[in-house]
Amino acid sequence: MSSLPAGFWNRILFLLQNYGFSLLKGAGTSLLIAFVGTLIGCVIGFIVGIIQTIPVQKSDSFAKRALLKAVNLILAVYVEVFRGTPMMVQAMFIFYGIAYLLHYVMGMWFAAFFIVSINTGAYMAETVRGGILSIDAGQTEGAKAIGMNHLQTMLYVILPQALRNIMPQIGNNLIINIKDSCVLSVICVVELFFASKSISGTYYIFFEVFTLAMAMYLIMTVFFSRLLRWFEKKMDGADSYDLATTDTLAHTSGMLNYPGKRG
Amino acid sequence: MDNNETILAVNHLSKRFGENTVLRDINCRVSTGDVICVIGASGSGKSTMLRCINLLETPTGGEILFHGTDILSGGLSLSAYRAKVGMVFQSFNLFSNMNVLDNCMVGMRRVLKLDKGTAKEKALFYLSKVGMSPYINARPRQLSGGQKQRVAIARALAMEPEILLFDEPTSALDPQMVGEVLNVMKALADDGMTMLIVTHEMAFARDVARHVIYMDKGVVCEEGPPEQIFVSPKKQETKDFLSRFIRG
Repeated sequence: MSSLPAGFWNRILFLLQNYGFSLLKGAGTSLLIAFVGTLIGCVIGFIVGIIQTIPVQKSDSFAKRALLKAVNLILAVYVEVFRGTPMMVQAMFIFYGIAYLLHYVMGMWFAAFFIVSINTGAYMAETVRGGILSIDAGQTEGAKAIGMNHLQTMLYVILPQALRNIMPQIGNNLIINIKDSCVLSVICVVELFFASKSISGTYYIFFEVFTLAMAMYLIMTVFFSRLLRWFEKKMDGADSYDLATTDTLAHTSGMLNYPGKRG
Repeated sequence: MDNNETILAVNHLSKRFGENTVLRDINCRVSTGDVICVIGASGSGKSTMLRCINLLETPTGGEILFHGTDILSGGLSLSAYRAKVGMVFQSFNLFSNMNVLDNCMVGMRRVLKLDKGTAKEKALFYLSKVGMSPYINARPRQLSGGQKQRVAIARALAMEPEILLFDEPTSALDPQMVGEVLNVMKALADDGMTMLIVTHEMAFARDVARHVIYMDKGVVCEEGPPEQIFVSPKKQETKDFLSRFIRG
């Protein structure tokens, strides 16, 4: 262990030279957890959101209605429990709970992905439900009128539009997960906060280490919020469009004249 | 009406929303090549009737026969039936996440399971029929109301339905755009397309319809050829409605 220099900037430099890599590795771990957690969380959210918006008709059989009701109840409990408790407590509860009950100790990555995903899923479920409800009923009617079933209507018409509408919220969740992955340090996941804490514990310098940690978190969140904003714009498509005038069938000047009666 | 094959028969159709009865004992028959216009005041049940026929609303009573098969008792799958009965809405209902071409292709691709080439060819054919083929790359939000409605008509036509239902297709348009949509519909009628049209355009109904149904308070009040309805209506209600309309 090399000796610690004096002065704020000298210490920053010292930390970067000696621990830059472990800080970066911690930041990478935070990012990976946030990414995977948000992605799986979105999938969970979409599944829960879609199930919760399946329309129930009076004409449906009793079995179908009962099943839907039971599933919806379970999903409601899931959403309430994971939205209503801190992720840090959930991490302890799940990690040690499973170790105690099933005599199985989760690996660091698995535990991290599992806890962040399931937590994000609970938030995303409500977001997706809101996104689906925000789409005009006319879109569903238009799809039904050309013969699409519920799944096709969702897949090709409603969800792409809902996804666009909830993109800001997905971005929000990613940013939150980049930061909140730090609570996983309680179950010894070596992400940016855990790495910073270890280094500061070694030298008993806190301000310098956490200045670096602050900067790294900020760089990550600002970068990804900008990236997502750019992606949203891309999803909207071009502002203008080209007239397909090279098309031989195209008539740019108003309507086609009808060549008499057909068949 | 003539002896052409009956495509759609509506018998004793009724619809209640809670305590409120909006349709009572509606009977209607649509044969190949028919152009039927349904007129009446707002709230008389015209649109509800059309939506019941396409099962966007579930009727409370009566039967709907498609080529003799009762669709309310599940004789035909909902998808298959709707694919054969096209619908054009007052508010267009074009899919905002797709461009004009994809709007017309998605039904052929996903419901009729046509391959991409065939679907595109047909979509272009029907888009050029409504004068919209130059706009295949445009998104619905980039089009005017009249253009949107013409694309919606092309989308419905592309499914090659046996009958097209129009639910007040020009009511959301300004007068200039009404003309371009009515022209398209008139051309379809001349082409022999079977159509059931709910409309407030009396001049169009008089010129194009072969049969006119006047609805009042949820029942068919009077029906007959356009000459009868518009020139010498038999019922007092019909006379009152039309005179109100002419006076504006």
